[in-house]
Amino acid sequence: MSVLEVQGVSILYMTGDFKDIGLKEYVVRRLKGQYHVTEFWADRDISFTLEKGDMLGIIGTNGAGKSTLLKVISGIMEPTEGTVKREGSIAALLELAGGFDGELTVRENAYLRGAMLGYTRKFMDDTYEQIIGFAELKDFEDRPFKQLSSGMKSRLAFSIASLVQPDILILDEVLSVGDGAFRMKSEAKMREIIGGGATTILVSHSLEQVRSMCSKILWLHKGRQVEFGDDVEGICGRYAAFLEK
Amino acid sequence: MLQKIKKNQFLFEELVKRDFKTKYKRTILGVGWSLLSPLLTLLVMRLVFTQFFGQNTPHYTTYLFCGNLVFSYFSESTSQGMTSLISNAGIFAKVNVPKYLFLFSKNVQTLINFGLTLCIFFVFCALDHITFTWKFILLLYPILCLMLFNIGVGLVLSALFVFFRDVQYLWSVFTQLLMYASAIFYNIDGYSYTVQCLFLCNPVYLFIRYFRKIVLDATIPTVWFHLLMLADVAIVLGLGCWIYKKYNTRFLYYV
Repeated sequence: MSVLEVQGVSILYMTGDFKDIGLKEYVVRRLKGQYHVTEFWADRDISFTLEKGDMLGIIGTNGAGKSTLLKVISGIMEPTEGTVKREGSIAALLELAGGFDGELTVRENAYLRGAMLGYTRKFMDDTYEQIIGFAELKDFEDRPFKQLSSGMKSRLAFSIASLVQPDILILDEVLSVGDGAFRMKSEAKMREIIGGGATTILVSHSLEQVRSMCSKILWLHKGRQVEFGDDVEGICGRYAAFLEK
Repeated sequence: MLQKIKKNQFLFEELVKRDFKTKYKRTILGVGWSLLSPLLTLLVMRLVFTQFFGQNTPHYTTYLFCGNLVFSYFSESTSQGMTSLISNAGIFAKVNVPKYLFLFSKNVQTLINFGLTLCIFFVFCALDHITFTWKFILLLYPILCLMLFNIGVGLVLSALFVFFRDVQYLWSVFTQLLMYASAIFYNIDGYSYTVQCLFLCNPVYLFIRYFRKIVLDATIPTVWFHLLMLADVAIVLGLGCWIYKKYNTRFLYYV
């Protein structure tokens, strides 16, 4: 029984002049024929399956369609073609520091974030001390969030997010948070979660990291699936050779 | 559906709390300020318009208050609901949460505000020697309709605001015009029958009229009047839900 089944997924991405414009501007541009919307395939015909406990590394250069694919897997976007089948709960730890409210206190933000990640109030009540302890923010818990440094913010975000016990975990370049000491701690925590049996998808530009952690590799290039398989060394080697070209 | 609500209840509560706290910035006076604003509008209108429109309208203060009460709820709820989606773009672009929660949370806030203003309204009614009848219970109907109507308009506006950023200005102009067309401070009896019927096309006027019928005339509007209100609500709410459903995963491109 596969945990995640991505079947022929293609995503048509829109970009162009429609962002940040007003109705008046829209009408004027339409009349002048200057309204351009470019559609392109961010991902084209991607297929792979993951079993329980798999650790997939997605590699590829910028603009390869990695983040878009993750958004589809986590359900934020719908695939234009193809299907994504998921078994069980899914949690995405994408760019951690966003989505907090500067006016609220650290404690209130922690609860809000927990709620966003789908935790229950009871769970937050039980683990709040643990979260604040791990983030080393005990002295700041009643301060407005905007007074925190950016490092502190991501520390809090990581501490909350790292409590997830999902069936599928998505990591988009989040393994390195904060200063040296915290980074060690967060990496250890991350490995602990992965070791807990969750199926994990990791997007990273560090081939080193991918090599050491992943059991399967998906290589994307300009939206196309170049390779997928469990030959980690082989694919990483060919990718490294490709990068040097 | 029930499971979905249960699942998101915690998030919804936290969103409501957040909106409440950021709005009033933890000041005790905060809530007071937002109550003061409709009262000041009432005061100014009372002073300015009594000379022109108030001579032939009995209980003119209550007459005005009915209009202001409904209209300020409508305009506050829709204008604040409009920004609810955009201002939470950072959240829904990263986490898969039901997007209507942001609007609902804003609406809870404006509903509380409306509730408080309503209490003051009843105090004013008593001061204006209005007789309270059992028919006042029927006011729940226009309140419920208005609430759903505001949510519907909020859904449409918040979606439009994602697509076109000048909707905010257009809407404020529109609300201004609608205010004058809602017979808040004047009486429509002087107009011809055709014009009076045109007023019925304005949903906000319907809500105001319902309030006045109950409070000032102690009469219950006709069944058709009830149905007309319900139709307005259904149209707007349906349109809003349709847009949200259609663009649910496409809002992302616009932020």
